[in-house]
Amino acid sequence: MAMGYSEKVRDHFANPRNVGKLDNADGIGEVGNAVCGDIMKIYLKIDGDVISDVRFNTFGCGAAIATSSMATEMIKGKPIDEALKLTNRAVVEALDGLPPAKLHCSVLAEQAVKAAVADYYQKKGLPVPEECVSSCGGDCAHCCG
Amino acid sequence: MEKIIYMDNAATTSTGRAALDAMIPVLEKDYGNPSSLHQLGQQAADLLADARKKIASSIGAQPDEIYFTSGGTEADNWAITQIARAGAEKGKKHIISTAFEHHAVLHTLKRLEKSGFTVTLLDVHKDGIVRVDELEAAIRPDTCLVTVMYANNEIGTVQPIAEIGAVCRKHGIPFHTDAVQAVGHLPIDVQKEKIDLLSMSAHKFHGPKGIGALYCRRGIRLTNFIEGGAQERGKRGGTENLPAICGMAAALEDACKGMDERAKRVAAMRDRIIDGIVQNIPHVLVNGDREHRLPGNVNICFEGIEGESLLLRLDLEGICASSGSACTSGSLDPSHVLLAIGLPKEVAHGSLRLTLDEGNTEQEVDYLLHVLPGIVSGLRDMSPVWEEMMAAENN
Repeated sequence: MAMGYSEKVRDHFANPRNVGKLDNADGIGEVGNAVCGDIMKIYLKIDGDVISDVRFNTFGCGAAIATSSMATEMIKGKPIDEALKLTNRAVVEALDGLPPAKLHCSVLAEQAVKAAVADYYQKKGLPVPEECVSSCGGDCAHCCG
Repeated sequence: MEKIIYMDNAATTSTGRAALDAMIPVLEKDYGNPSSLHQLGQQAADLLADARKKIASSIGAQPDEIYFTSGGTEADNWAITQIARAGAEKGKKHIISTAFEHHAVLHTLKRLEKSGFTVTLLDVHKDGIVRVDELEAAIRPDTCLVTVMYANNEIGTVQPIAEIGAVCRKHGIPFHTDAVQAVGHLPIDVQKEKIDLLSMSAHKFHGPKGIGALYCRRGIRLTNFIEGGAQERGKRGGTENLPAICGMAAALEDACKGMDERAKRVAAMRDRIIDGIVQNIPHVLVNGDREHRLPGNVNICFEGIEGESLLLRLDLEGICASSGSACTSGSLDPSHVLLAIGLPKEVAHGSLRLTLDEGNTEQEVDYLLHVLPGIVSGLRDMSPVWEEMMAAENN
């Protein structure tokens, strides 16, 4: 496939896992903006402290869809504190790499997971763990400008 | 591998039979240097002269008005920098162009701006067409060059070149046109259209890559671009790429034969695609004027989705297309052409360009129209932007 995408990126783009929404989601995280060209929205179902189900909706390029799909696979069934340790680098490695111009998509996936967990804590009226705080600050130009 | 449906002819075309048949003998046996005096050299010189003649006559020019280059980009660079330099010598440092030129023109103009030139970029309006009265109004006493593309590479809109030529001739200002997308596809007559300089590229009309030409009218002073030997009348040194030049000439001659009929057939497929999309897929925008348009160009924005994912999904179905989204350009901004016609960035990200030629078939058009609605709705189903649009619409 085009753009120097790996076989795994190609697979997750062509057959994305966990696409959709969750009714009565316990946490929803949305990052990115349409002006920059990508938005990711992640829905979490949380039982106890485990992410029992996850879905995503993404507006974006092939890499954005593939990283969303891979990130949801990597946190599904995992305890929250483990999901919060998900790094963009781990997502990229799991996909066998991304072209340099597309690395920001993986940052977006990490941020979307964190934003969804933060939303879960907020909804429960609990303090938001420090790990949920975004390191990117939403400045797209910082990563891909 | 499944059959590929190639709908990206504005990026490049297949190398045609005419070009191959002209090139292979030159590669195999006519290897002489056209500058050599022996018989092999003179055979090569004859081939070169013949190619130059064919190319000149296809645009209504004289052979000594054609300079071979490495392609359209070099021809644009040469024309603009050298005419600007001549202007500067007379104290004229103002250039008029448009906001949606190819980067070969825009980036050359940017560099000139850094060395003290002023550039006026004309609005191309929502329809992607320059207004001649606005161009004339932009002319100043120190204007040394007008450069307006013949037809836009992304949205396919054809500019009023003859009218622009007449205005420039009236004011005595050299007029250059980047005709890379037009040569071989539209009838061009540099004399009637009063074009002083024109850039062309062989691989856009089934010729080989890496070869193009600059037409420069007699009487326009063109300074040397590459110093070296006496090739191209001393203005562009370096042994000529004869196989490519012969391929280019044969391809152009072939493209000009039956051009009208071919254009009609291609335009009918183009219109069937545009109409089919507009009728069957909601929330789409056709980019660029539908009448003054290259026969093979389709450019449409699909709201709520991003262009790269759309073209990759098409690729999975065997259809080669292109997009002006930021993700395909490697920057944050979508195509400058789509922004120049006033599209908001979020809409411009969802653009799809399909460029057809005579090699495409009605069956391929059927197949495209069959798979596209499903791809678009699949991507929209997973798009938070689309979800928001629909929510707003239902309220």
